[in-house]
Amino acid sequence: MANSDNNRRKFMATTLQSVGLTALGGLLWSGYSDEVKAAPLVLRPPGALPEEDFLKACIKCGLCAEACVNRESNKNRDGSKRPGTLQMAKGGDHVMIGTPFFKPVEVPCYMCDDIPCVPVCPSGALDMPSLLNETEELDINKARMGLAVVHKESCIAFWGIQCDACYRACPLLDEAITLEYAKNERTGKHAFLLPVVHSDVCTGCGLCEKACVTEEPAIFVLPIEYSTGKAGSHYVKGWDKKDQERIKDAKEIHTQTERSEKEAADYLNMEVEY
Amino acid sequence: MKNLKYLLLRRVTQVLLMVLYFGANAYGWHILEGTFGSSVLFGVIPLADPYTTLQVLATGFVLGADVLLGAAIITLFYMVVGGRAFCSWVCPINMVTDLANWLRRKLNLDKEEVNYRFLKRSARYWLMVLGLIVSAIVGVAAFEVLSPITIMQRGIVFGFGAGIAVIVAIFLFDLFGVKNGWCGHVCPLGAAYSLIGKTSLVRVKHDHEACTNCMECKIVCPENQVLWMVNKESVSVTDGECTNCGRCIDVCGDDALEFSIRSFGKK
Repeated sequence: MANSDNNRRKFMATTLQSVGLTALGGLLWSGYSDEVKAAPLVLRPPGALPEEDFLKACIKCGLCAEACVNRESNKNRDGSKRPGTLQMAKGGDHVMIGTPFFKPVEVPCYMCDDIPCVPVCPSGALDMPSLLNETEELDINKARMGLAVVHKESCIAFWGIQCDACYRACPLLDEAITLEYAKNERTGKHAFLLPVVHSDVCTGCGLCEKACVTEEPAIFVLPIEYSTGKAGSHYVKGWDKKDQERIKDAKEIHTQTERSEKEAADYLNMEVEY
Repeated sequence: MKNLKYLLLRRVTQVLLMVLYFGANAYGWHILEGTFGSSVLFGVIPLADPYTTLQVLATGFVLGADVLLGAAIITLFYMVVGGRAFCSWVCPINMVTDLANWLRRKLNLDKEEVNYRFLKRSARYWLMVLGLIVSAIVGVAAFEVLSPITIMQRGIVFGFGAGIAVIVAIFLFDLFGVKNGWCGHVCPLGAAYSLIGKTSLVRVKHDHEACTNCMECKIVCPENQVLWMVNKESVSVTDGECTNCGRCIDVCGDDALEFSIRSFGKK
């Protein structure tokens, strides 16, 4: 009797220990795994799924980086090594280890016509259908790796200095970046040539960022979810017929507050209460 | 002189595989491209690691057909032929842990048997299941974010970076910490291959008649619990945890151990 009690106690203790250790390990592991996911400002190869899904899907095989035409192992004409576009994140890169990414300021994506990095992806993390055009051909112009943003204060074109480095570097010349003319009121006789990025065309290749002449690029590519804001669905474009049709389905919303009990004029004539 | 046949064969295989993977990136060879997560053999045949594939599936993402087919091919291969041979014939970490183990023996670090209460050999199975659960919770293949196996392999192919620290950590853990700590107690990938390889045909066979009970095999075996039959019975090692490394065959001076095809009839 005493023996079976002992056995039971031992069994319970072992079970509790195992469960406890497993829970502890699981928590630590989850915390770590979740933490290493958090590298928001990372640019992925063309066709990459939205970051959350990309991290689920990427099997970290490196086939995309090996297929990239501008590879790390490529040599310059003089035989010297040159960096490649797609890097596989290693310890210290602060990007989820083993996943492919690129840094435009170092090496941008050169937008190959046949997009060699995408068809080799075995897991579907790089989604080929998202890059097919109307004729079912791979079309690099459909890539949305990120979106270039111009920082007006540091862009010297906004100072009145003539620079069109980003405009010239853009593979979609005059489509993704256009130059807008503006009068220079300060001198009265000069023109500004201002770079404007068009988000419906820009692929986020980063050639503009690489080409920018300022100390730190004044034009830079950010992942789309960080470079675009969102107006919200309750704003309607009054000049857009299609958008205005949404008003038809709109329901009247009444907001009843203390203030709305009074007339608007009363409200305006009210004394300010602190 | 001791026989090194299988040890050398294994090292040649491991190094050759790494050279092929390295060449795929550095020189554009189309023999074996990718990493263990997912590879392409001869530019056509997909190969994928079954446990990595399971982790991705656990995140809720259904992978491309190439990975699923590749995982099936690898699973089938080790099920039928190799057993847990991935660990000793393919995995580059095996070279690190073998070195640690060899040093342990040279430095006499194993004089006293330590009872690792919280790190039993079964811990890896817990970790294997835990890896899948964590993958499902966090939404990312959980073992892959710290797997020294692919960190080492990607290091060889694409450059190490700070990832080298992980390899050093495992070396130190196996040298000064737990004997056969990583491969024998922790690695969930090895656990998965233990389960997959249970049914494989290639097996180490023990001949009780020839055995002189010198126990050399048990000293070198990284999973020596699978050699329970030594000096007891003439049977094959059927335990899935046997890595088919053949080290026991090399060191046996009595030819009591040999690779053979598993026999299904009862003796």
